[in-house]
Amino acid sequence: MRRALGSKIALYIVLALGALAFLFPFYYMVVGSLQTDVDSSLAGAFPHPGNLTVENYVAINGRINLLQGLVNSGIFTGGVILGTIVFGVLAGYALAVLHWRGRGFTFGLALLVQVVPFQLLMIPLYVMIARDYGLSDSYLGMILPFFINSTAVVIFRQYFLQLPPELFAAARIDGAGEFRLLWNVALPLVRPALLTAVLLTFIGPWNEFLWPFLITKDASMQPLAVSLANFISNIAASTANPFGAMMAGAVVLAAPAVLLFVLFQRYFTSNDLGSGVKG
Amino acid sequence: MSTDVAPERTGTATSPRGGEAPARRRGRRLLGAQPLGILFSAPYVAFVLLVFAYPVIFAVWMSFQDYFFAAPGAVVDRPFVGFDNYAAVLSDPAVWRAFGNVGIFLVINVPLTVALSMLLATALDRVVRARTFFRVSYYVPYVTASVAVVAVWLFLFSKEGLVNNALGPLAPDPSWLVNSALAMPTIAFFVTWKGLGFYILLYLAALQNVPRELYESVSVDGGGRIRQFFSVTVPSVRPATLLVVLLSTITGANLFTEPYLLTGGGGPNGASTSPVLLIYQKGIEQQNPDQAAAIGVILMVFVLIIAALQRRFVGGEER
Repeated sequence: MRRALGSKIALYIVLALGALAFLFPFYYMVVGSLQTDVDSSLAGAFPHPGNLTVENYVAINGRINLLQGLVNSGIFTGGVILGTIVFGVLAGYALAVLHWRGRGFTFGLALLVQVVPFQLLMIPLYVMIARDYGLSDSYLGMILPFFINSTAVVIFRQYFLQLPPELFAAARIDGAGEFRLLWNVALPLVRPALLTAVLLTFIGPWNEFLWPFLITKDASMQPLAVSLANFISNIAASTANPFGAMMAGAVVLAAPAVLLFVLFQRYFTSNDLGSGVKG
Repeated sequence: MSTDVAPERTGTATSPRGGEAPARRRGRRLLGAQPLGILFSAPYVAFVLLVFAYPVIFAVWMSFQDYFFAAPGAVVDRPFVGFDNYAAVLSDPAVWRAFGNVGIFLVINVPLTVALSMLLATALDRVVRARTFFRVSYYVPYVTASVAVVAVWLFLFSKEGLVNNALGPLAPDPSWLVNSALAMPTIAFFVTWKGLGFYILLYLAALQNVPRELYESVSVDGGGRIRQFFSVTVPSVRPATLLVVLLSTITGANLFTEPYLLTGGGGPNGASTSPVLLIYQKGIEQQNPDQAAAIGVILMVFVLIIAALQRRFVGGEER
Protein backbone atom coordinates (compact mmCIF):
# COMPACT_ATOMS: atom_id res chain seq x y z
CA MET A 1 0.00 0.00 0.00
CA ARG A 2 2.69 2.42 1.02
CA ARG A 3 4.72 1.61 -2.05
CA ALA A 4 1.70 2.22 -4.27
CA LEU A 5 1.12 5.60 -2.67
CA GLY A 6 4.77 6.52 -3.12
CA SER A 7 4.75 5.72 -6.82
CA LYS A 8 1.48 7.62 -7.27
CA ILE A 9 3.06 10.70 -5.76
CA ALA A 10 6.10 10.28 -8.00
CA LEU A 11 3.83 10.05 -11.04
CA TYR A 12 2.04 13.25 -10.13
CA ILE A 13 5.32 15.04 -9.51
CA VAL A 14 6.55 14.06 -12.99
CA LEU A 15 3.28 15.14 -14.57
CA ALA A 16 3.18 18.43 -12.68
CA LEU A 17 6.75 19.26 -13.68
CA GLY A 18 5.75 18.59 -17.27
CA ALA A 19 2.70 20.83 -16.99
CA LEU A 20 4.82 23.59 -15.46
CA ALA A 21 7.33 23.39 -18.32
CA PHE A 22 4.54 23.60 -20.90
CA LEU A 23 2.43 26.27 -19.29
CA PHE A 24 4.98 28.64 -17.81
CA PRO A 25 5.91 30.34 -21.14
CA PHE A 26 2.22 31.04 -21.71
CA TYR A 27 1.82 32.51 -18.26
CA TYR A 28 4.95 34.56 -18.87
CA MET A 29 3.56 35.73 -22.20
CA VAL A 30 0.51 37.19 -20.46
CA VAL A 31 2.54 38.71 -17.62
CA GLY A 32 5.04 40.24 -20.04
CA SER A 33 2.25 41.71 -22.14
CA LEU A 34 0.87 43.56 -19.12
CA GLN A 35 4.11 45.07 -17.78
CA THR A 36 4.69 48.78 -18.10
CA ASP A 37 8.45 48.33 -17.91
CA VAL A 38 10.13 45.10 -18.85
CA ASP A 39 11.18 43.31 -15.72
CA SER A 40 13.00 40.13 -16.64
CA SER A 41 14.34 39.50 -13.16
CA LEU A 42 13.03 36.49 -11.25
CA ALA A 43 10.70 38.75 -9.29
CA GLY A 44 9.33 40.07 -12.56
CA ALA A 45 7.66 36.73 -13.22
CA PHE A 46 5.20 37.67 -10.50
CA PRO A 47 3.34 40.78 -11.55
CA HIS A 48 2.88 43.53 -9.06
CA PRO A 49 -0.03 45.94 -9.44
CA GLY A 50 2.02 49.11 -9.84
CA ASN A 51 3.64 47.79 -13.04
CA LEU A 52 0.49 46.69 -14.87
CA THR A 53 -0.88 48.29 -18.00
CA VAL A 54 -2.71 47.56 -21.25
CA GLU A 55 -0.43 50.05 -22.99
CA ASN A 56 1.43 47.27 -24.84
CA TYR A 57 -1.74 46.17 -26.60
CA VAL A 58 -2.30 49.74 -27.73
CA ALA A 59 1.36 49.99 -28.82
CA ILE A 60 1.32 46.83 -30.96
CA ASN A 61 -2.02 47.80 -32.42
CA GLY A 62 -0.47 51.09 -33.50
CA ARG A 63 2.21 49.22 -35.46
CA ILE A 64 0.23 46.33 -36.89
CA ASN A 65 -3.52 46.36 -37.27
CA LEU A 66 -4.48 43.53 -34.92
CA LEU A 67 -8.12 43.41 -35.95
CA GLN A 68 -7.27 43.35 -39.66
CA GLY A 69 -4.73 40.60 -38.96
CA LEU A 70 -7.31 38.56 -37.08
CA VAL A 71 -9.82 39.02 -39.90
CA ASN A 72 -7.25 37.93 -42.51
CA SER A 73 -6.27 34.90 -40.44
CA GLY A 74 -9.96 34.12 -40.01
CA ILE A 75 -10.74 34.27 -43.74
CA PHE A 76 -7.66 32.20 -44.59
CA THR A 77 -8.53 29.60 -41.93
CA GLY A 78 -12.24 29.61 -42.76
CA GLY A 79 -11.57 28.96 -46.44
CA VAL A 80 -9.30 26.03 -45.65
CA ILE A 81 -11.81 24.54 -43.19
CA LEU A 82 -14.65 24.91 -45.69
CA GLY A 83 -12.73 23.20 -48.49
CA THR A 84 -11.50 20.45 -46.19
CA ILE A 85 -14.90 19.67 -44.70
CA VAL A 86 -16.86 19.73 -47.98
CA PHE A 87 -14.42 18.04 -50.35
CA GLY A 88 -12.61 16.06 -47.66
CA VAL A 89 -15.85 14.44 -46.51
CA LEU A 90 -16.80 13.60 -50.09
CA ALA A 91 -13.40 12.02 -50.76
CA GLY A 92 -13.30 10.22 -47.40
CA TYR A 93 -16.77 8.81 -47.99
CA ALA A 94 -15.87 7.65 -51.50
CA LEU A 95 -12.73 5.96 -50.16
CA ALA A 96 -14.52 4.18 -47.34
CA VAL A 97 -17.95 3.25 -48.66
CA LEU A 98 -18.01 3.27 -52.45
CA HIS A 99 -16.30 0.94 -54.90
CA TRP A 100 -14.78 2.53 -57.92
CA ARG A 101 -11.77 2.22 -60.13
CA GLY A 102 -8.78 4.09 -58.78
CA ARG A 103 -9.85 3.98 -55.16
CA GLY A 104 -6.65 2.35 -53.93
CA PHE A 105 -4.55 4.72 -55.98
CA THR A 106 -6.37 7.74 -54.55
CA PHE A 107 -5.90 6.50 -51.01
CA GLY A 108 -2.20 5.94 -51.67
CA LEU A 109 -2.02 9.50 -52.92
CA ALA A 110 -3.63 10.80 -49.73
CA LEU A 111 -1.02 8.99 -47.65
CA LEU A 112 1.86 10.12 -49.85
CA VAL A 113 0.87 13.78 -49.66
CA GLN A 114 1.30 13.66 -45.90
CA VAL A 115 4.89 12.49 -46.15
CA VAL A 116 6.20 15.05 -48.58
CA PRO A 117 6.55 18.28 -46.65
CA PHE A 118 4.83 21.32 -48.05
CA GLN A 119 7.91 23.49 -47.60
CA LEU A 120 9.73 21.56 -50.32
CA LEU A 121 7.15 22.68 -52.83
CA MET A 122 7.55 26.28 -51.81
CA ILE A 123 9.47 27.51 -54.85
CA PRO A 124 7.37 25.89 -57.60
CA LEU A 125 4.15 26.84 -55.80
CA TYR A 126 5.42 30.39 -55.43
CA VAL A 127 6.20 30.57 -59.15
CA MET A 128 2.82 29.08 -60.05
CA ILE A 129 0.58 30.98 -57.68
CA ALA A 130 2.31 34.30 -57.21
CA ARG A 131 3.86 34.76 -60.64
CA ASP A 132 1.88 32.75 -63.19
CA TYR A 133 -1.61 33.16 -61.73
CA GLY A 134 -0.97 36.57 -60.18
CA LEU A 135 -2.57 35.57 -56.89
CA SER A 136 -0.17 37.25 -54.47
CA ASP A 137 -1.86 39.45 -51.86
CA SER A 138 -5.12 37.57 -52.28
CA TYR A 139 -7.04 35.24 -49.98
CA LEU A 140 -7.37 32.74 -52.81
CA GLY A 141 -3.59 32.51 -53.19
CA MET A 142 -3.20 31.96 -49.45
CA ILE A 143 -5.88 29.28 -49.29
CA LEU A 144 -5.11 27.34 -52.47
CA PRO A 145 -2.18 25.16 -51.31
CA PHE A 146 -4.06 24.17 -48.14
CA PHE A 147 -7.55 23.97 -49.60
CA ILE A 148 -8.12 20.28 -48.81
CA ASN A 149 -6.24 18.81 -45.88
CA SER A 150 -5.13 15.25 -46.70
CA THR A 151 -4.86 14.24 -43.06
CA ALA A 152 -8.54 15.11 -42.69
CA VAL A 153 -9.40 12.97 -45.74
CA VAL A 154 -7.71 9.99 -44.08
CA ILE A 155 -9.50 10.68 -40.78
CA PHE A 156 -12.90 10.89 -42.50
CA ARG A 157 -12.28 7.64 -44.33
CA GLN A 158 -11.38 6.03 -41.02
CA TYR A 159 -14.64 7.16 -39.42
CA PHE A 160 -16.83 6.13 -42.33
CA LEU A 161 -15.13 2.72 -42.30
CA GLN A 162 -16.26 2.22 -38.71
CA LEU A 163 -19.94 2.50 -39.64
CA PRO A 164 -21.64 -0.89 -40.03
CA PRO A 165 -21.98 -1.83 -43.71
CA GLU A 166 -25.46 -3.31 -43.06
CA LEU A 167 -26.65 0.24 -42.52
CA PHE A 168 -25.79 1.22 -46.07
CA ALA A 169 -27.10 -2.02 -47.52
CA ALA A 170 -30.45 -1.54 -45.77
CA ALA A 171 -30.77 2.06 -46.92
CA ARG A 172 -29.88 1.09 -50.49
CA ILE A 173 -32.55 -1.60 -50.49
CA ASP A 174 -34.99 1.09 -49.38
CA GLY A 175 -34.00 2.92 -52.52
CA ALA A 176 -31.93 5.74 -51.05
CA GLY A 177 -29.48 7.37 -53.45
CA GLU A 178 -25.80 7.83 -52.56
CA PHE A 179 -26.21 11.52 -51.82
CA ARG A 180 -29.07 10.82 -49.43
CA LEU A 181 -27.06 8.04 -47.81
CA LEU A 182 -24.18 10.38 -47.19
CA TRP A 183 -26.34 13.27 -45.99
CA ASN A 184 -28.96 11.42 -43.91
CA VAL A 185 -27.18 8.26 -42.77
CA ALA A 186 -23.42 8.68 -42.71
CA LEU A 187 -22.90 12.33 -41.77
CA PRO A 188 -25.11 12.43 -38.66
CA LEU A 189 -23.19 9.43 -37.33
CA VAL A 190 -19.77 10.99 -37.71
CA ARG A 191 -20.58 14.40 -36.27
CA PRO A 192 -17.87 14.21 -33.56
CA ALA A 193 -15.33 13.41 -36.25
CA LEU A 194 -16.32 16.54 -38.11
CA LEU A 195 -15.59 18.63 -35.04
CA THR A 196 -12.25 16.94 -34.53
CA ALA A 197 -11.38 17.61 -38.15
CA VAL A 198 -12.38 21.26 -37.85
CA LEU A 199 -10.10 21.60 -34.80
CA LEU A 200 -7.19 19.84 -36.47
CA THR A 201 -7.64 21.79 -39.67
CA PHE A 202 -7.85 25.08 -37.79
CA ILE A 203 -4.29 24.94 -36.45
CA GLY A 204 -2.72 24.59 -39.88
CA PRO A 205 -3.71 27.85 -41.56
CA TRP A 206 -4.15 29.84 -38.33
CA ASN A 207 -0.54 29.19 -37.36
CA GLU A 208 0.97 29.00 -40.85
CA PHE A 209 3.76 31.46 -41.38
CA LEU A 210 5.94 30.60 -44.35
CA TRP A 211 3.40 30.52 -47.18
CA PRO A 212 1.43 33.69 -46.40
CA PHE A 213 4.76 35.35 -45.61
CA LEU A 214 5.90 34.58 -49.16
CA ILE A 215 2.84 35.75 -51.00
CA THR A 216 1.57 38.71 -48.98
CA LYS A 217 3.58 41.87 -49.29
CA ASP A 218 0.63 44.16 -48.64
CA ALA A 219 0.30 44.68 -44.86
CA SER A 220 -3.49 44.93 -45.03
CA MET A 221 -3.68 41.39 -46.45
CA GLN A 222 -1.33 39.69 -44.00
CA PRO A 223 -2.60 37.12 -41.52
CA LEU A 224 -1.71 37.97 -37.93
CA ALA A 225 1.10 35.39 -37.76
CA VAL A 226 2.87 37.15 -40.63
CA SER A 227 2.39 40.70 -39.40
CA LEU A 228 3.52 39.74 -35.90
CA ALA A 229 6.60 37.99 -37.30
CA ASN A 230 7.46 41.07 -39.37
CA PHE A 231 7.04 43.16 -36.25
CA ILE A 232 9.40 40.86 -34.33
CA SER A 233 12.10 40.85 -36.99
CA ASN A 234 11.93 44.44 -38.18
CA ILE A 235 9.99 46.92 -36.13
CA ALA A 236 10.10 45.75 -32.52
CA ALA A 237 13.37 47.49 -31.74
CA SER A 238 11.85 50.90 -32.42
CA THR A 239 9.07 50.51 -29.83
CA ALA A 240 9.32 51.87 -26.30
CA ASN A 241 8.73 48.47 -24.72
CA PRO A 242 9.54 46.00 -27.52
CA PHE A 243 9.11 42.81 -25.51
CA GLY A 244 5.88 44.03 -23.98
CA ALA A 245 4.45 44.79 -27.42
CA MET A 246 5.68 41.44 -28.77
CA MET A 247 4.05 39.56 -25.89
CA ALA A 248 0.80 41.46 -26.42
CA GLY A 249 0.75 40.47 -30.08
CA ALA A 250 1.60 36.88 -29.16
CA VAL A 251 -1.31 36.74 -26.70
CA VAL A 252 -3.74 37.94 -29.38
CA LEU A 253 -2.42 35.39 -31.89
CA ALA A 254 -2.34 32.48 -29.44
CA ALA A 255 -5.64 33.09 -27.66
CA PRO A 256 -8.12 31.87 -30.32
CA ALA A 257 -6.35 28.54 -30.85
CA VAL A 258 -5.77 27.90 -27.15
CA LEU A 259 -9.38 28.78 -26.25
CA LEU A 260 -10.77 26.53 -28.99
CA PHE A 261 -8.74 23.57 -27.84
CA VAL A 262 -9.50 24.09 -24.17
CA LEU A 263 -13.24 24.44 -24.84
CA PHE A 264 -13.44 21.47 -27.20
CA GLN A 265 -10.75 19.34 -25.58
CA ARG A 266 -12.95 16.24 -25.49
CA TYR A 267 -13.03 16.23 -29.28
CA PHE A 268 -9.27 16.16 -29.42
CA THR A 269 -8.13 12.89 -27.95
CA SER A 270 -5.32 10.52 -28.71
CA ASN A 271 -7.51 8.11 -30.66
CA ASP A 272 -8.43 10.59 -33.36
CA LEU A 273 -4.86 11.60 -33.77
CA GLY A 274 -3.74 8.01 -33.99
CA SER A 275 -6.08 7.36 -36.87
CA GLY A 276 -5.09 10.62 -38.47
CA VAL A 277 -1.40 10.00 -38.67
CA LYS A 278 -1.47 6.26 -39.04
CA GLY A 279 -3.95 6.11 -41.85
CA MET B 1 2.66 6.53 -45.97
CA SER B 2 4.31 5.59 -42.79
CA THR B 3 2.12 2.58 -42.28
CA ASP B 4 -0.35 0.39 -44.02
CA VAL B 5 -4.06 0.85 -43.97
CA ALA B 6 -6.27 0.00 -41.10
CA PRO B 7 -8.31 -3.18 -41.44
CA GLU B 8 -11.08 -2.88 -43.96
CA ARG B 9 -14.32 -4.72 -44.19
CA THR B 10 -13.90 -8.19 -45.51
CA GLY B 11 -14.91 -8.60 -49.10
CA THR B 12 -14.27 -4.99 -50.00
CA ALA B 13 -10.61 -4.96 -49.22
CA THR B 14 -8.58 -2.61 -51.31
CA SER B 15 -4.89 -2.66 -50.69
CA PRO B 16 -3.12 0.68 -50.66
CA ARG B 17 -1.22 -0.50 -53.67
CA GLY B 18 -4.24 -0.28 -55.89
CA GLY B 19 -5.54 -3.85 -56.03
CA GLU B 20 -9.23 -4.37 -56.57
CA ALA B 21 -11.62 -6.30 -54.45
CA PRO B 22 -12.33 -9.80 -55.62
CA ALA B 23 -15.96 -9.47 -54.61
CA ARG B 24 -18.64 -7.85 -56.73
CA ARG B 25 -16.65 -8.46 -59.86
CA ARG B 26 -19.82 -9.14 -61.84
CA GLY B 27 -21.21 -5.67 -61.25
CA ARG B 28 -17.93 -4.09 -62.06
CA ARG B 29 -17.41 -2.62 -65.46
CA LEU B 30 -14.92 -0.04 -66.42
CA LEU B 31 -15.44 2.28 -63.50
CA GLY B 32 -16.27 -0.06 -60.65
CA ALA B 33 -19.59 -0.81 -58.98
CA GLN B 34 -20.23 2.76 -57.82
CA PRO B 35 -18.71 5.21 -60.30
CA LEU B 36 -20.12 8.02 -58.17
CA GLY B 37 -17.02 7.53 -56.02
CA ILE B 38 -14.94 8.94 -58.87
CA LEU B 39 -17.11 12.05 -58.90
CA PHE B 40 -16.97 12.40 -55.11
CA SER B 41 -13.21 12.22 -54.95
CA ALA B 42 -12.54 14.16 -58.15
CA PRO B 43 -12.12 17.56 -56.42
CA TYR B 44 -9.60 16.10 -54.01
CA VAL B 45 -7.65 14.30 -56.72
CA ALA B 46 -7.61 17.47 -58.84
CA PHE B 47 -6.34 19.41 -55.83
CA VAL B 48 -3.53 16.93 -55.19
CA LEU B 49 -2.48 16.97 -58.82
CA LEU B 50 -2.50 20.77 -58.94
CA VAL B 51 -0.73 21.70 -55.71
CA PHE B 52 1.26 18.56 -55.10
CA ALA B 53 2.07 16.38 -58.11
CA TYR B 54 2.54 19.20 -60.60
CA PRO B 55 4.78 21.30 -58.32
CA VAL B 56 6.96 18.25 -57.59
CA ILE B 57 7.48 17.67 -61.32
CA PHE B 58 7.94 21.40 -61.87
CA ALA B 59 10.56 21.56 -59.10
CA VAL B 60 12.54 18.67 -60.57
CA TRP B 61 12.34 20.21 -64.06
CA MET B 62 13.35 23.64 -62.73
CA SER B 63 16.38 22.20 -60.96
CA PHE B 64 17.78 21.06 -64.33
CA GLN B 65 17.22 24.38 -66.08
CA ASP B 66 18.85 27.76 -65.94
CA TYR B 67 15.60 29.09 -64.53
CA PHE B 68 15.07 32.70 -63.52
CA PHE B 69 12.10 34.90 -62.78
CA ALA B 70 10.76 36.82 -65.74
CA ALA B 71 7.77 39.02 -66.25
CA PRO B 72 4.61 36.91 -66.63
CA GLY B 73 4.01 36.09 -70.29
CA ALA B 74 7.51 37.09 -71.38
CA VAL B 75 9.12 34.55 -73.68
CA VAL B 76 12.60 33.81 -72.36
CA ASP B 77 15.13 31.13 -73.08
CA ARG B 78 15.68 28.83 -70.13
CA PRO B 79 18.24 26.30 -71.31
CA PHE B 80 18.65 22.80 -69.92
CA VAL B 81 21.83 22.79 -67.86
CA GLY B 82 21.97 19.23 -66.57
CA PHE B 83 23.39 18.94 -63.10
CA ASP B 84 24.85 22.46 -62.99
CA ASN B 85 22.45 23.65 -60.30
CA TYR B 86 23.21 20.59 -58.20
CA ALA B 87 26.94 21.11 -58.65
CA ALA B 88 26.57 24.76 -57.62
CA VAL B 89 24.50 23.84 -54.60
CA LEU B 90 26.71 20.98 -53.45
CA SER B 91 29.86 23.06 -53.71
CA ASP B 92 28.35 25.73 -51.48
CA PRO B 93 29.54 25.35 -47.87
CA ALA B 94 26.36 27.07 -46.65
CA VAL B 95 24.31 24.17 -48.00
CA TRP B 96 26.45 21.60 -46.20
CA ARG B 97 26.20 23.65 -43.08
CA ALA B 98 22.42 23.79 -43.34
CA PHE B 99 22.17 20.02 -43.74
CA GLY B 100 24.63 19.57 -40.88
CA ASN B 101 22.38 21.77 -38.78
CA VAL B 102 19.46 19.44 -39.49
CA GLY B 103 21.75 16.65 -38.25
CA ILE B 104 22.47 18.56 -35.02
CA PHE B 105 18.77 19.21 -34.68
CA LEU B 106 17.85 15.53 -35.09
CA VAL B 107 20.52 14.29 -32.70
CA ILE B 108 19.02 16.47 -29.97
CA ASN B 109 15.36 16.46 -30.93
CA VAL B 110 14.68 12.77 -31.65
CA PRO B 111 16.03 11.13 -28.47
CA LEU B 112 14.55 13.87 -26.28
CA THR B 113 11.17 13.67 -27.98
CA VAL B 114 10.99 9.89 -27.76
CA ALA B 115 12.16 9.70 -24.14
CA LEU B 116 10.08 12.56 -22.76
CA SER B 117 6.88 11.82 -24.64
CA MET B 118 7.02 8.13 -23.75
CA LEU B 119 7.68 8.95 -20.10
CA LEU B 120 4.92 11.54 -19.82
CA ALA B 121 2.42 9.43 -21.77
CA THR B 122 3.08 6.42 -19.53
CA ALA B 123 2.67 8.56 -16.42
CA LEU B 124 -0.51 10.09 -17.81
CA ASP B 125 -1.85 6.64 -18.65
CA ARG B 126 -1.48 5.55 -15.03
CA VAL B 127 -3.22 8.37 -13.21
CA VAL B 128 -6.93 9.02 -12.88
CA ARG B 129 -7.18 12.45 -11.33
CA ALA B 130 -6.57 15.67 -13.28
CA ARG B 131 -5.93 13.73 -16.49
CA THR B 132 -7.72 16.25 -18.65
CA PHE B 133 -5.82 19.15 -17.15
CA PHE B 134 -2.47 17.48 -17.84
CA ARG B 135 -3.44 16.37 -21.33
CA VAL B 136 -4.62 19.84 -22.32
CA SER B 137 -1.63 21.61 -20.77
CA TYR B 138 0.68 19.32 -22.73
CA TYR B 139 -0.80 20.06 -26.11
CA VAL B 140 -1.28 23.80 -25.64
CA PRO B 141 2.17 24.58 -27.13
CA TYR B 142 1.44 22.27 -30.06
CA VAL B 143 -1.74 24.10 -31.04
CA THR B 144 -0.24 27.57 -30.65
CA ALA B 145 1.34 29.39 -33.57
CA SER B 146 5.12 29.11 -33.69
CA VAL B 147 5.32 32.86 -34.18
CA ALA B 148 3.56 33.48 -30.85
CA VAL B 149 5.69 31.11 -28.78
CA VAL B 150 8.86 32.23 -30.55
CA ALA B 151 8.14 35.69 -29.16
CA VAL B 152 8.11 34.35 -25.59
CA TRP B 153 11.26 32.33 -26.10
CA LEU B 154 13.00 35.39 -27.48
CA PHE B 155 11.98 37.15 -24.28
CA LEU B 156 13.01 34.25 -22.02
CA PHE B 157 16.33 33.60 -23.74
CA SER B 158 17.39 37.13 -24.55
CA LYS B 159 20.65 38.43 -23.16
CA GLU B 160 18.96 40.04 -20.18
CA GLY B 161 16.13 37.51 -20.13
CA LEU B 162 14.67 35.47 -17.31
CA VAL B 163 16.69 32.35 -18.11
CA ASN B 164 20.02 34.16 -17.92
CA ASN B 165 18.92 35.97 -14.77
CA ALA B 166 18.04 32.65 -13.19
CA LEU B 167 21.37 31.17 -14.19
CA GLY B 168 23.29 34.19 -12.94
CA PRO B 169 27.01 33.64 -13.46
CA LEU B 170 26.32 30.39 -15.34
CA ALA B 171 24.61 32.19 -18.21
CA PRO B 172 26.34 31.52 -21.54
CA ASP B 173 28.24 34.33 -23.21
CA PRO B 174 27.42 35.19 -25.98
CA SER B 175 23.80 34.52 -25.09
CA TRP B 176 21.82 31.49 -26.33
CA LEU B 177 20.49 32.68 -29.65
CA VAL B 178 23.54 34.63 -30.80
CA ASN B 179 26.05 31.98 -29.75
CA SER B 180 27.17 29.92 -32.73
CA ALA B 181 27.56 26.77 -30.63
CA LEU B 182 24.21 27.14 -28.87
CA ALA B 183 21.88 28.63 -31.50
CA MET B 184 20.94 25.33 -33.16
CA PRO B 185 20.62 23.35 -29.90
CA THR B 186 18.35 26.10 -28.52
CA ILE B 187 16.17 25.79 -31.62
CA ALA B 188 16.12 22.01 -31.18
CA PHE B 189 14.99 22.42 -27.56
CA PHE B 190 12.33 24.89 -28.62
CA VAL B 191 10.91 22.58 -31.30
CA THR B 192 11.03 19.59 -28.94
CA TRP B 193 9.11 21.53 -26.31
CA LYS B 194 6.56 22.77 -28.82
CA GLY B 195 5.77 19.46 -30.47
CA LEU B 196 5.94 17.17 -27.46
CA GLY B 197 2.20 17.31 -26.72
CA PHE B 198 1.36 15.83 -30.10
CA TYR B 199 3.73 12.91 -29.58
CA ILE B 200 2.41 12.34 -26.06
CA LEU B 201 -1.04 11.91 -27.58
CA LEU B 202 0.38 9.47 -30.14
CA TYR B 203 1.97 7.37 -27.41
CA LEU B 204 -1.21 7.50 -25.35
CA ALA B 205 -3.07 6.00 -28.30
CA ALA B 206 -0.41 3.32 -28.65
CA LEU B 207 -0.53 2.50 -24.92
CA GLN B 208 -4.24 1.68 -25.18
CA ASN B 209 -3.28 -1.31 -27.30
CA VAL B 210 -0.80 -2.85 -24.87
CA PRO B 211 -2.38 -5.97 -23.35
CA ARG B 212 -2.66 -5.62 -19.57
CA GLU B 213 -1.72 -9.29 -19.08
CA LEU B 214 1.81 -8.48 -20.14
CA TYR B 215 2.21 -6.08 -17.23
CA GLU B 216 0.69 -8.61 -14.88
CA SER B 217 3.03 -11.36 -15.98
CA VAL B 218 6.02 -9.11 -15.32
CA SER B 219 4.79 -8.23 -11.86
CA VAL B 220 4.09 -11.91 -11.11
CA ASP B 221 7.75 -12.50 -11.92
CA GLY B 222 8.54 -9.89 -9.30
CA GLY B 223 9.33 -7.03 -11.67
CA GLY B 224 8.61 -3.51 -10.50
CA ARG B 225 7.26 -0.51 -12.36
CA ILE B 226 10.61 0.31 -13.94
CA ARG B 227 11.06 -3.24 -15.21
CA GLN B 228 7.53 -3.18 -16.59
CA PHE B 229 8.27 0.04 -18.44
CA PHE B 230 11.41 -1.26 -20.09
CA SER B 231 10.36 -4.82 -20.81
CA VAL B 232 6.71 -4.24 -21.76
CA THR B 233 5.93 -0.62 -22.59
CA VAL B 234 8.98 0.26 -24.66
CA PRO B 235 8.84 -2.78 -26.98
CA SER B 236 5.04 -2.62 -27.29
CA VAL B 237 4.99 0.95 -28.56
CA ARG B 238 7.82 0.42 -31.02
CA PRO B 239 5.67 1.19 -34.09
CA ALA B 240 4.67 4.48 -32.51
CA THR B 241 8.32 5.22 -31.76
CA LEU B 242 9.27 4.67 -35.38
CA LEU B 243 6.45 6.95 -36.45
CA VAL B 244 7.69 9.60 -34.02
CA VAL B 245 11.18 9.32 -35.51
CA LEU B 246 9.77 9.74 -39.01
CA LEU B 247 7.64 12.75 -38.09
CA SER B 248 10.53 14.37 -36.22
CA THR B 249 12.71 13.93 -39.28
CA ILE B 250 10.10 15.61 -41.45
CA THR B 251 9.88 18.42 -38.90
CA GLY B 252 13.65 18.79 -38.95
CA ALA B 253 13.69 18.90 -42.74
CA ASN B 254 11.01 21.59 -42.61
CA LEU B 255 12.56 24.03 -40.16
CA PHE B 256 12.06 27.59 -41.22
CA THR B 257 10.12 29.77 -38.82
CA GLU B 258 12.35 29.03 -35.82
CA PRO B 259 15.76 29.77 -37.37
CA TYR B 260 14.31 32.74 -39.23
CA LEU B 261 12.73 34.39 -36.21
CA LEU B 262 14.57 33.02 -33.17
CA THR B 263 18.06 33.57 -34.53
CA GLY B 264 17.44 36.49 -36.85
CA GLY B 265 17.66 34.65 -40.17
CA GLY B 266 20.14 31.88 -39.57
CA GLY B 267 22.23 32.86 -36.57
CA PRO B 268 25.86 33.97 -36.45
CA ASN B 269 27.60 32.86 -39.69
CA GLY B 270 24.76 30.55 -40.60
CA ALA B 271 25.10 28.59 -37.37
CA SER B 272 21.39 27.85 -37.39
CA THR B 273 20.54 28.06 -41.08
CA SER B 274 18.17 25.37 -42.24
CA PRO B 275 17.74 24.04 -45.78
CA VAL B 276 14.29 25.61 -46.12
CA LEU B 277 15.69 28.95 -44.97
CA LEU B 278 18.35 28.61 -47.69
CA ILE B 279 15.66 27.78 -50.24
CA TYR B 280 13.94 31.01 -49.24
CA GLN B 281 17.12 33.06 -49.32
CA LYS B 282 18.41 31.65 -52.62
CA GLY B 283 15.08 31.36 -54.38
CA ILE B 284 13.21 34.46 -53.33
CA GLU B 285 15.76 36.91 -51.95
CA GLN B 286 18.61 36.20 -54.37
CA GLN B 287 16.34 35.25 -57.31
CA ASN B 288 17.93 31.86 -58.00
CA PRO B 289 14.86 29.63 -58.04
CA ASP B 290 16.67 26.90 -59.96
CA GLN B 291 19.27 26.38 -57.21
CA ALA B 292 16.57 26.64 -54.58
CA ALA B 293 14.62 23.92 -56.40
CA ALA B 294 17.73 21.74 -56.44
CA ILE B 295 18.04 22.05 -52.64
CA GLY B 296 14.35 21.22 -52.38
CA VAL B 297 14.76 18.08 -54.50
CA ILE B 298 17.76 16.91 -52.46
CA LEU B 299 15.76 17.46 -49.28
CA MET B 300 12.75 15.63 -50.67
CA VAL B 301 14.83 12.62 -51.66
CA PHE B 302 16.32 12.63 -48.17
CA VAL B 303 12.88 12.61 -46.51
CA LEU B 304 11.53 9.93 -48.85
CA ILE B 305 14.52 7.67 -48.15
CA ILE B 306 13.88 8.00 -44.41
CA ALA B 307 10.19 7.29 -44.96
CA ALA B 308 10.96 4.24 -47.11
CA LEU B 309 13.42 2.90 -44.53
CA GLN B 310 10.85 3.39 -41.83
CA ARG B 311 8.20 1.60 -43.85
CA ARG B 312 10.58 -1.21 -44.47
CA PHE B 313 11.38 -1.68 -40.79
CA VAL B 314 7.86 -1.36 -39.50
CA GLY B 315 6.16 -3.17 -42.32
CA GLY B 316 2.53 -3.79 -41.45
CA GLU B 317 0.61 -1.89 -38.93
CA GLU B 318 -0.94 -3.08 -35.71
CA ARG B 319 -4.27 -1.68 -34.74
